[in-house]
Amino acid sequence: MAKPTLTLNGKVVEFEPGQTILQVAQAVGVEIPTLCYLKDATPTGACRICLVEVKGARTLVASCAMPAGNGMEIQTDSQAVHTSRRLNIELLLASGSHNCLTCEKNGDCKLQALAYRYGITDIRFAGQTQQYPKDESNPLIVRDFSRCILCGRCVQACNDLQVNRAIGYGYRGAASKIVTTGDRPYQESDCVFCGQCVEACPVGALTEKKAVGLARSWETKQVRTTCPYCGVGCQMWLHVKDGRVVKVTAVEDAQPNRGMLCVKGRFGYDFIHSPERLTTPLIKGEDGQHHPATWDQALDFVAKRLKEIKKKHGADAIAGVSCARSINEDSYNMQKLFRGVIGTNNIDHCART
Amino acid sequence: MAGLAASFGSGAMTNSFAEFDQAKLLLVIGSNTTEAHPVAGAFIKRAVQKGAQLIVVDPRFTGIAEHAQTFVPIKVGSDVAFLNGLMHVIIKENLQDQAYVDAHTTGFNELKAKVAEYTPKKAAKIAGISEELLVRVARQVASVKPAMLIYTLGITEHTCGVNNVRSCANLQMLLGNVGYDCGGVNPLRGQNNVQGACDMGALPNVYPGYQKVEDKAARAKFEEAWGVKLPKKNGLMMPQMFEGMADGSIKALWVFGENLANTEPDIRHVEHCLESVEFLICNDIFPTETTRFADVIFPAAAWSEDDGTFSNSERRVQRVRKAVEPPGEAKPNWWIFREVAARLGKEWKSKSGQEIWDKEVSKLAPALGGIKYSRLENDGLQWPCPDTKHSGTTCLHKDGCFTCGMGNFQALDWTPPAEVPDKKYPLVLSTGRRLYHYHTRTQTGRCGGLNDLLGQETADISLADAALLGVADGDLVRVSSRRGQVVVKAKVTPQVPQGMVWMAFHFREGNANWLTNPVYDPISLTAEYKACAVKVEKA
Repeated sequence: MAKPTLTLNGKVVEFEPGQTILQVAQAVGVEIPTLCYLKDATPTGACRICLVEVKGARTLVASCAMPAGNGMEIQTDSQAVHTSRRLNIELLLASGSHNCLTCEKNGDCKLQALAYRYGITDIRFAGQTQQYPKDESNPLIVRDFSRCILCGRCVQACNDLQVNRAIGYGYRGAASKIVTTGDRPYQESDCVFCGQCVEACPVGALTEKKAVGLARSWETKQVRTTCPYCGVGCQMWLHVKDGRVVKVTAVEDAQPNRGMLCVKGRFGYDFIHSPERLTTPLIKGEDGQHHPATWDQALDFVAKRLKEIKKKHGADAIAGVSCARSINEDSYNMQKLFRGVIGTNNIDHCART
Repeated sequence: MAGLAASFGSGAMTNSFAEFDQAKLLLVIGSNTTEAHPVAGAFIKRAVQKGAQLIVVDPRFTGIAEHAQTFVPIKVGSDVAFLNGLMHVIIKENLQDQAYVDAHTTGFNELKAKVAEYTPKKAAKIAGISEELLVRVARQVASVKPAMLIYTLGITEHTCGVNNVRSCANLQMLLGNVGYDCGGVNPLRGQNNVQGACDMGALPNVYPGYQKVEDKAARAKFEEAWGVKLPKKNGLMMPQMFEGMADGSIKALWVFGENLANTEPDIRHVEHCLESVEFLICNDIFPTETTRFADVIFPAAAWSEDDGTFSNSERRVQRVRKAVEPPGEAKPNWWIFREVAARLGKEWKSKSGQEIWDKEVSKLAPALGGIKYSRLENDGLQWPCPDTKHSGTTCLHKDGCFTCGMGNFQALDWTPPAEVPDKKYPLVLSTGRRLYHYHTRTQTGRCGGLNDLLGQETADISLADAALLGVADGDLVRVSSRRGQVVVKAKVTPQVPQGMVWMAFHFREGNANWLTNPVYDPISLTAEYKACAVKVEKA
C-alpha cells in the first residue's frame, strides 16, 4: 500500500502513519526549533515554539503534538510562524529572571539560543512579580524556579522516561510551579536523585550542585565513556576542565541507556579526585606501617617474594583475585600473569555467579 | 553463570536491554531492579506504562514491585519450590510449548516427573503464598508469548543458587520463551564488568573466551600464543583460596581492586585469613579495610584515568576512555601486571589497552574475534561477534537453536537455606545493595552528596516484628548471628515481611557481613548472602 504523503514547505514527502509533523520534518532534515519536546515522552505542546502553519487549520499548531495527516500542506517557517515564535520567546524571557551572566546554563541554554537566533534584544513586557528563593536544600540538585519556563520537560523526564513519578505541575496561573507531592523539598519526596530532570531542563532552573562555578559550558572537553557501577553499562559524557571531571551527563540516543542515568552514574564521579587516593607504592615495614617506595622497589620486592614462595611451596601456593570493576584488559593481563608466568590457575574474581 | 551454561551452553544474559520496554510480559524474580540497576528498572517501568504485564517475585515489596500487577511475596530461599510449582500447573493444564520442548530440548520427561511432586499445595506452602496465587501466576506467565524473565542476585546468592538459575531456565524453555526477542533468561550483573572479568578468563577453570583449562587443545593454543608451558589442572575458586589461607597452603594472595574484608561473608573469618597469609599484594585506588593487611600496595589508575573496555550484562563490549591523568605515581593495572611479568622473565609486547585487546584478546577468544577498538567508537558490540563483518548478537539461542545444541532441562528438588531460623535466632537476614551507595563505599563514600542521602547502615524490619520487639523506627538494635553482632538503627518499613531482617554491606560499622554465613553453592561456590538466621534485640 502506498505510504501517505504531505507537503512540507512545498515539497511532497512520505511518512509513516502515527508520526507527528515534527517527526516527519526531522526525518527529512527540515529543522523545526523545539523547547519542550522530549524524545520518547508524551508530547505536551506546552512551549509553542515548534508551531507550524497547516493550511486550513484554525490556528498555528504545535508540530510536536500534531499527528501528520495525509495531504496536509505545512509551512514550517512562514511569516506567521516566525512572528508567533518570536512572541512566544519574548514571553518566556519575560516570565522570569533570565540573567545569563551568572547562570550555569550560559552557552548551553535552549532559551538563550532561541533568543539569539530570533534576534530578540528588547523585551516589551514587564517582568513577572512571582519570585522564588533558590532551593539549595538537597545535596545534588539546585532548583531555581525564577529561571523556570514551565516547559514541563523535567516532569516528562521524571514520569515518562524514568517513571519515578516524583514531580508534576502545581498551583495555577501565574503561581504555577513544578512541585513534588505536597511541594516538599526533593529529599523529603519520592525523588531518587537520578537527575533526569536536570538533564532535561533546557534552561538554568535545574542544575548540578556539585558543578556550580567549576566551568562554563564552552570551557569543557567532553569524553564519552561507560559508567563504572552496575552491569547495565550506561553511556555517559565526562565534562572535563583543567584535568578534572566537573560534571557527568548521559549520551543521548546511545545504547543501552538511551539518555538515562541513575544517581550513582550521574553524581558518583568525584571519588577520582579525592585527596585520599593512593599516589605512591607502599611497602609494609618492620614496624607494621606502610611506607612509600619507588615503583622499582615495590615491583622488585613483589617479584622476589613471588619467586621465593614459588620455589619453596610451588606455584599453587600463590592465588589471585581479579577485579570485576576494572577494565577487561586488566583482568586479561592478571590471568595471563598467573597462568603463563607464575604457573597456576588460581585466579578468580569476586562475582562468579 | 554455571547454571545458565549448563542449561543453554552459554552463561550470559540471553537478550538485550533494548527489549525491556518492548516486552509484553516480564517476570522479575530476586531483583531489586530500581535500586540495584535503576536504568534497567526504568525500562521495565516504561514497559508497564505502555501496557505490559509485570510479575515481581521477591520476599520484599521492592520499588519495582510497586509497578507490578502481580506481586508474589515468596519466602527467602523457596525459589525452586515456587518455580517447580508453576511448572506443575503449566504441565497439568497443558500450557507448555510442547512443539518447542520436543524440537529444542532434552530431559523433559524427568522434569515432568519431578515437578509432578510439587503440587500447588506443596509448593505454595514452602513458598509461603496462597495456592490460588501460585496457580494464577502460572496461568499468567503462560498466557503471553514470549515472556521475559529477569533475575539478579536474589536467585544466585544461595546455597542452591545454581539450582535456582536452572529452574528459571527450565521454566522459560518449557514455555518456549528462549531464543526470541523480548523473551529469554536475563541475569542482571551486579558489577559493571562481571561479564568482562568472566570473558577474560579471570576464572580458575577457563582461559579467555571460556576455553577450558582442562581441554588439551585449548591449553596448547594458549601455550603457543603466550610462549609458555601452562598448568593442567583447574585452580581454586575464591572460597577455596580462603580455606587455603586458613590452613596455610596458600602463602601469597594478590588482591586486585576488591575490598574482601567487607564484602565476603563472616568478616571475622575473612580478616583472620588475610592476617594469616604470608604475603599479600593489593592493587587499589584507596586505602581500604583490606589493604591494611597488605605487604605491598600498588597505587592504581582509576576509571576515567585509563583507556580500555567493559562488557556489560548484555554482552556488549564498550569503550572506557581516559579523561584525566592518574594522581601522583598511580599506574594502570595492566601495566603493573606487565612489569611484574617482566621481572619474572617474560617480556610482553602489548603496551596499551588497545594493543592487549586487538592483538591478544580478540585473536584468542573466538566469540570476540570481530571486536576491535576501531569498531567500538559508539555503542560497542555484543558478542558473539566472530568476525569483523559481523554486527554482533542481541539475542542468543535464536529460535531455540541453543549454543549447546539442545537446551537441557534439569529436574531439581528444593533445598532450604543452610541456616534456617530457630528458637535462638528466629529471623532470616537477607542482604543486598541500596540505591545511594555501591558495595563498600570505597568510591561512593567519597562522592559529594551521596553520604548525605544515606549516611549509615540500618536494619530494615517489618512493622509486625517492630511491634513485637517494642522497637520504633530509628531505635538502635543489636542484630546477632552465630558469627557476630552489630548495633544499628532500625528502619521499620512495610517493604519487609514479618520474620525478615534486611541489611546492606555499604558501611564498615553495621556491615551485614559480620553476620552472614560463609556457606556456598556446591557448584558455583557463590555465598549464601541472602539467608542466615539472626536475632534482633533493642540495644
